[in-house]
Amino acid sequence: MAVRALRTSLTLVLTLLAASLVIFGAIYAAPGDPAAFLVGGQEDATPEKLAAVRAAYHLNDPVWSQYGHWIGGAATGDFGRSLQYSDQVSHLIASRLPTTLFLVVYASVLFVVLGTALGALSAVRRGRLDSAIVAVTTLLSSIPKFVKALALVALFAVQLGWFPVSGAGEGFIGRLHHLTLPAFALAMAELAVVTRVTRQSMLDQYPLDHVTAARSAGLSEGKVVRRHVLRNALPPIVTMCGLLTAGLFAGTVVIETAFGISGMGSLLVGAINTHDFPVTQAVLLLMVLAYMLVTTAVDLVHPVLDPRVRLHRSPA
Amino acid sequence: MLHIENLTAELPSATTRRPVLRQVDLRVGTGEVVGLVGESGSGKSTTAKTILRMLPDGTRVRGAVRLEGQDILDMDGPRLRELRSRRVAMIHQDPRAALNPVRTIGDFLTERMVHTLGHSSRQAERQALALLTAVGITHPEQRLRQYPHELSGGMLQRVVIASALAAEPELLLADEATSALDVTTQAEILAILREHQRRRDLGLLFITHDLHLASAYCDRVYVMYAGQVVEQAPAHTLFSSPRHPYTAALLGCTPKLGDHTPVRPIPGRPPSLGDVFTGCPFAARCPAAEPACETWQPVHTRTAEGGSAACRLLERHPAESLPTTSPQEVHP
Repeated sequence: MAVRALRTSLTLVLTLLAASLVIFGAIYAAPGDPAAFLVGGQEDATPEKLAAVRAAYHLNDPVWSQYGHWIGGAATGDFGRSLQYSDQVSHLIASRLPTTLFLVVYASVLFVVLGTALGALSAVRRGRLDSAIVAVTTLLSSIPKFVKALALVALFAVQLGWFPVSGAGEGFIGRLHHLTLPAFALAMAELAVVTRVTRQSMLDQYPLDHVTAARSAGLSEGKVVRRHVLRNALPPIVTMCGLLTAGLFAGTVVIETAFGISGMGSLLVGAINTHDFPVTQAVLLLMVLAYMLVTTAVDLVHPVLDPRVRLHRSPA
Repeated sequence: MLHIENLTAELPSATTRRPVLRQVDLRVGTGEVVGLVGESGSGKSTTAKTILRMLPDGTRVRGAVRLEGQDILDMDGPRLRELRSRRVAMIHQDPRAALNPVRTIGDFLTERMVHTLGHSSRQAERQALALLTAVGITHPEQRLRQYPHELSGGMLQRVVIASALAAEPELLLADEATSALDVTTQAEILAILREHQRRRDLGLLFITHDLHLASAYCDRVYVMYAGQVVEQAPAHTLFSSPRHPYTAALLGCTPKLGDHTPVRPIPGRPPSLGDVFTGCPFAARCPAAEPACETWQPVHTRTAEGGSAACRLLERHPAESLPTTSPQEVHP
């Protein structure tokens, strides 16, 4: 058990290091001189000033040294200073992270609950309801996120006035109110996927002997569905939900911008537009970390759902 | 106790061109072990499924399936669940497939008792332990916490039998209950099944493709072919004097210890659901068939042994035994 925990953590750290290299390399290779931007707008962008800025941000050091400097700081939670906001990156992130986490969790709850419910309904009822659910969810998933965001705003915020047009809100209730439309816009495509996976996974279970055996033992259909069909259909559903939740962090980039929410996604967009590389790197690294944490959690849940997995995990 | 009368069942599938069961008559008395024998696709499993009303949706069923006088085909939802949970228990062919792979043996046994019989979970667990001991499983406490993939096939079939006995049913349906097991395990399972059947005076419908096993194990045997019962007889007479050419052919195609006469496979192939018959379904493969057999609608004729068989030749010579029954005459 301890060995496995150690191995899992080691894998996490190594993957994170690899990701950090890619992120750093991409930002380094991106066109444009951050120093020029830093002093940009000012008329007195003299070579002396540029050189001073370069020195302050270690821009003259060799690449490896710059990377080492950055990753060393990141390991202790110090991501440097933002070029745009002249504030610690960690402060910026700390103020934006709660909103984004709230949004992602809200959207995840929506697509997990509604997706499995619709998928289960499809699998149990079949027929016309099934076709309707598949058709509607496919349609919703094929519309781009920002179009859905605009349509939701137009209908529920402008026309009906049920929800605010933008902003993140204060307190739990305020946040819930403000983030409902963004969460729906964010979760709809994922909802369609979870519906599909749930439906198919359950349909795969229906013809199996153990389901027939449970039914022939006199269990009511509801119990057969819950305790055998849905229960055994869970592993692929949980895996898919985990991957989709992890992917939602990237989706917040579009949604936060569309709804004018001050979160990690909009911070990233702003940072990229202004060549604010310390912020860009930090946000990307955190997104990778979030993705990895969620997928690791899914891996840990899997043996609980299917005891046969435990058997195959002998130390090799 | 169980009376199946004139049962005909038609599947909704487009490829089926004849009823999957045709005019099946079958009885199982209290405490009686009845064998149901036939090739794959002969309708023996369908007969068992009909007794639990487990046929696919859209199947048209005519006739009657009565348990203690009540027609199972007319039962509503709650009565049907009561029938499945308390009165008729099924032992499935492949125990590994019949148990949910992600739940423990204990879950499997107690789920039925808690959710269909209304036991408390502690009471159910006590009973599960007692049942596992009764079917000869060692370390039952440990087994309850194990998963199906941790147990052998023979052990799992004991678990399935234990679960079938839990509700103290009147009738047990064993559908190829030992076919997937190796021979020594098969013998143990058969002994356990027989012991509990006798002790509790259960009716047992024993479905198998093995005619020798059926005639050795059962009190009475029904032989099915193409969805019809072609012969039924007390088990001991079936072996020595089969009256239907199909029964005789089945006996002829099994090798016997110490007998060096060549094994004779039945010519042709078992009929599929796409084959339609104008007369006796076995006529095309029957060594004694006459042209008139092709149009003769099968009717059962009583035999001297106390059974009956659906063969046209028996109508003409009810007292004679069939020429195909003695191998020496056919294969000199």
